[in-house]
Amino acid sequence: MDQVANYLFQIGFSFSIFILISLGLAVIFGMMRVINLAQGEFLMLGAYFCTLCSHAGINLWLSFILSALAVGVFGIIVERFIIRWLYGRIIDTLLATWGLSLLLVGGVTTIFGPQTESVAAPLGNVQVGAFGFPIYGLVMMAIAVALLGAVYAFWRFTRYGLIVRGTMQNPTISAALGVNRSLVYMLTFAFGSALTGLAGAVLAPIVGAYPTLGIVYVAKAFITVITGGHLPLIGTVSASGLFSTIDGIVATISSSVIGEMTVLFVAIILLRLLPLGITGRMTRGV
Amino acid sequence: MIHGVALMQHSSERPKWWWWVFVAALAAFFITMPFHLEIFVILEMSRFFGMAMLALSMGFLWGFSGILSFGQTAFFGLGGYGFTVLALNTGETTGSVFFAVALGAAGAGILGYFMIYGRISEIYLSVITLVFTLILEKGIRATSGDQYVIGKVRLNGQNGIPTVPQLDVPWNPSVQLDINWFFWVGAVLMILVYIGLRLILTTPFGRVLVGIRENERRTELLGYDARRYKLAAFMLAGGVAGLGGALYAISIPLAHPEMFSLGRAADVIMWVLVGGKGTLIGPIAGVFAIEHFKGWLGTQGVGQVTLVLGAVLILFVLVFHKGLLPSIGSLPGLWLDRAAIREQLAEFVQHHLTWRSGPPRRRRRQGGRP
Repeated sequence: MDQVANYLFQIGFSFSIFILISLGLAVIFGMMRVINLAQGEFLMLGAYFCTLCSHAGINLWLSFILSALAVGVFGIIVERFIIRWLYGRIIDTLLATWGLSLLLVGGVTTIFGPQTESVAAPLGNVQVGAFGFPIYGLVMMAIAVALLGAVYAFWRFTRYGLIVRGTMQNPTISAALGVNRSLVYMLTFAFGSALTGLAGAVLAPIVGAYPTLGIVYVAKAFITVITGGHLPLIGTVSASGLFSTIDGIVATISSSVIGEMTVLFVAIILLRLLPLGITGRMTRGV
Repeated sequence: MIHGVALMQHSSERPKWWWWVFVAALAAFFITMPFHLEIFVILEMSRFFGMAMLALSMGFLWGFSGILSFGQTAFFGLGGYGFTVLALNTGETTGSVFFAVALGAAGAGILGYFMIYGRISEIYLSVITLVFTLILEKGIRATSGDQYVIGKVRLNGQNGIPTVPQLDVPWNPSVQLDINWFFWVGAVLMILVYIGLRLILTTPFGRVLVGIRENERRTELLGYDARRYKLAAFMLAGGVAGLGGALYAISIPLAHPEMFSLGRAADVIMWVLVGGKGTLIGPIAGVFAIEHFKGWLGTQGVGQVTLVLGAVLILFVLVFHKGLLPSIGSLPGLWLDRAAIREQLAEFVQHHLTWRSGPPRRRRRQGGRP
């Protein structure tokens, strides 16, 4: 019984991390066909902003929201100055965002130095039999699920969501109907960036903030989004569910590195079978 | 510089006499270097030959078969580790160099089979190769315990294997090459790989590759199995990267997880992008230019070199996306053609300087595939 609870916790925790780190990337990729290689660095910025806020004495939960807003604004700046010129040139976007990633790692190291800034994880542990589980881990799972719900509702039930989905399906027709595409792209990029910033802030209490934080998570995020395919929400959820189950079980048995390598090999074999990702054949849904 | 453009435009033609003169001059330039340069310059430059092979493998793949692999460093690292582990176990190096090439090609073959025969789109391929090298790096970094031993060599995790043997004479393994001889071997191997790749482009195989780069579907309709050709090119580049990895590990001398890292992968992009994709001499020039530039930056007290490199990469993508050599090479032609200059300027102004020039242009590249 305790062992089952332990596995369930590991899988759930792994699931929440997969969802948090890849949701922003999936929104940007699913909507705009832009793969943002600086995704990991957006995560890192979110974590730094959260630690700065909480060192300044701001309540931790409030600093999550502030970090999301800050990284969202940063996303607008990036979109206006770099991404906007490169729509339709996928490879050039990859290269430019890679440059941005190097720039951010170098810049943050210059400003804050290479050491880890940490925030104390709030809440304590809950004891189930022989195992103690951090309550913050449970909170992270709740946040991940809440974010999924929020993105779904936003996409499905708001006017902005309708416009975004329309623009995703046919940019030319939506422009002809009077939608300002440039603005939609900018806001979508900002939305994805804000989600990533929030994820970074939520991760900060468990891993801290350091300049190369992004590189640790970025591989997982890319695997999830690519395996998920073109529908951002269903794709991310299904790929995260699959990978977190594998990762949670393998990492508990052996080590987290072996878990991650297993996930990579499963993903490569899966892409041989489903080259367009899990949602490649689906035409409806978000 | 005009040379680069000529190569890019007529890659399938047999090289002209002046190309052979150029290669001979390049070889002579490198071979005379140890006679008039100081020993630390020679040591420093020896590192560049391995990197140049890595750049050539990327330049060949990206420029001539249209495969953008961000993870050539995976095969580079495999070559470095493969060479080190085998050479330390057997005590001789010639066979180990061949093993490094084979290991690079085999790694590329396995990964490439899943990606190319799965027909995943080019952008997925780029990202998967990048993820592959990142995860290999993580795996190697996690091998610091005593249980991670191959033969009699400890993998040493984070610290790498510092006891990489020097190259020895193939028919007499007890004699090791000294610094100058290693420099010559590196230079000659680099030039041979350059000549080899250049000549491959003139063969039917090379022409089909360029055809695939231009239009994969049309090439398939002509009856060629594009997947086979792409996989062969990927394996060839993997082998070249493996050779580069072995040379690099010998030159530092250290087999280190850094060889797989994101920073190294970014360097490869920089070399090829700055030198010019679509040429083979460009990537080599890129290695020497960028690595000197980095060394110089390090002495200028800029602090974070990656900061500057990131800015340079963004600049290159936004402004000179053909690479430096082709951009400079096309200047004289532009000067003769004023109308083209005006057209290019107008295009530049329209694309880069107007604030809101209507909705962004989107082009669907491969019909249906994301």
